[in-house]
Amino acid sequence: MLTIQNLHVHYGAIHALKGVNLHVKNGEIVALIGSNGAGKTTLVRTISGLIRPSEGRVEYETPGTSVDLAREPTHRIVAHGVAQVPEGRMIFANLSVKENLELGAYSRSDRKNFSSDMAEVFRLFPRLKERLGQNAGTLSGGEQQMLAIGRALMSRPSLLLLDEPSLGIAPALVQQIFKTLVEINRAGTTIFLIEQDAYLALETADRAYVLETGEITMEGKATDLLKDPKVRQAYLGEMAT
Amino acid sequence: MRRLLLPLLTIALLLIGNWLFNGYLNAYYLQILVYIGINIILSTSLNLINGYTGQFNLGHAGFMAVGAYASAAFSVYAHPSLQHWLAFIPSTALDPALFLLSLAIGAFAAVLAGLAIGLPTLRLRGDYLAIATLGFGEIVLVIINNMDSVGGARGFSDIPGYSNFFWVFLFAALTVYVVGRMTRSSKGLAFMAIRDDEIAALSLGISNTRVKVTAFVIGAAFAGLGGGLYAHYLNYLHVNSFGFLKSVDFVVMVVLGGMGNLWGVVAATALLTMLPELLRGFAEWRMILYSLLIIVTMLLRSRGVSVKQWFFKARAAS
Repeated sequence: MLTIQNLHVHYGAIHALKGVNLHVKNGEIVALIGSNGAGKTTLVRTISGLIRPSEGRVEYETPGTSVDLAREPTHRIVAHGVAQVPEGRMIFANLSVKENLELGAYSRSDRKNFSSDMAEVFRLFPRLKERLGQNAGTLSGGEQQMLAIGRALMSRPSLLLLDEPSLGIAPALVQQIFKTLVEINRAGTTIFLIEQDAYLALETADRAYVLETGEITMEGKATDLLKDPKVRQAYLGEMAT
Repeated sequence: MRRLLLPLLTIALLLIGNWLFNGYLNAYYLQILVYIGINIILSTSLNLINGYTGQFNLGHAGFMAVGAYASAAFSVYAHPSLQHWLAFIPSTALDPALFLLSLAIGAFAAVLAGLAIGLPTLRLRGDYLAIATLGFGEIVLVIINNMDSVGGARGFSDIPGYSNFFWVFLFAALTVYVVGRMTRSSKGLAFMAIRDDEIAALSLGISNTRVKVTAFVIGAAFAGLGGGLYAHYLNYLHVNSFGFLKSVDFVVMVVLGGMGNLWGVVAATALLTMLPELLRGFAEWRMILYSLLIIVTMLLRSRGVSVKQWFFKARAAS
């Protein structure tokens, strides 16, 4: 579904991504783990068109079409079925929960299934329904994350990109949100998950990649990576023996 | 039928008001009232740009000037020959039609100016956009000042006086209605989304440039319209009426009324238009008091004078 080939991104003189190759297959949950500054957010922003690569392709395929997202205008990418849940949630604090969800459906021309989609979001996150008329800025961190995910789902994406969904959220809510992500995936949405909490990400994902200073250093099934001594040492806090 | 009720009622009330005020109200008070209406058009349209969309436009008086001079030039140069050719139409019907045409031309000229300035500069953010629009306002004035056909530095006189209470408040009501409807529609939420977070808006598939230019152009159109009404009320235009401080006045109205607060800005506009007149009794202390009142209001109510809040507080108290 998503194939990234030889992706290079520069910030001025800084070479942030150095030839990244990865792919996400239809129906999978793929995780990308790595420490601060590895280039995780750069990668997700390149996929969603907020940053332009200096080299490489971001091939996105759905039955019948194939586009290079690196060459599409940013606002068209959502219409192709790629929705992003940005890092730090980025909800519209001065708008109500309902208005935030409405904006999620902005790129859709059909309003037909609008209310049933909203009902689906409320089924996944009942908390949002209770807060419907409230200003989004008054929600707790976890609730804001739920709203950001719900907002992205309103565009009916085939591929959902999540950038650090566990960031700054109470552990109990994190568990709940990740359970919901699995549920969303079972319902047919492919998920590409960027996460610093390696254990959580590897528990949730089918496959995973490890990104270190702009390069993919490991890849494989999530269960295998979870057992890998190098991963355990670098990302799961296990002492070297 | 019910959809027509409110507009018809508004027009009827405005006609009655027009007849009443023109006949019985002191010309000084009437003029203040008309200025309130014109300022509401200007501040509400600026509210769309600055308040709802969060783009700092410091050149709103420039758009007003473009609209004022374009519509006035059309009235002065084209109306006599049009009136000559269309002499078979009674002037009670022809004059308002020509006036509306002049206003439309003023608004259209402002739209062109809005596009010309908006397309290249809306990529700038915050302070940079403010400076670019400030520059635009100054350029407009310099050009007008050197155009002899519209009077240049002498000012543009003998503009037909078509404007009155009715037209001004009709268009003020229209402005408030259009801006209110636009920002409440689901597509209009994009304006506020861009104000709150541009990156998040982009990630939802909102074309930031298009939405910003839309806000800018519609805001400019109403500013041009307000300028046209102003020109045909005063019968005389001079570049000094559209200086930088005029733009600042509108910004103050929007900030004091609350950015993105529809009725708050209308209320603040009425207040700020009347205040300098009410303070006339204080002679040379007038502008100091005016400024002090603005500072105090900002300290006490930094999020604007919310009409809704007042109303509900008053109801809760009673």
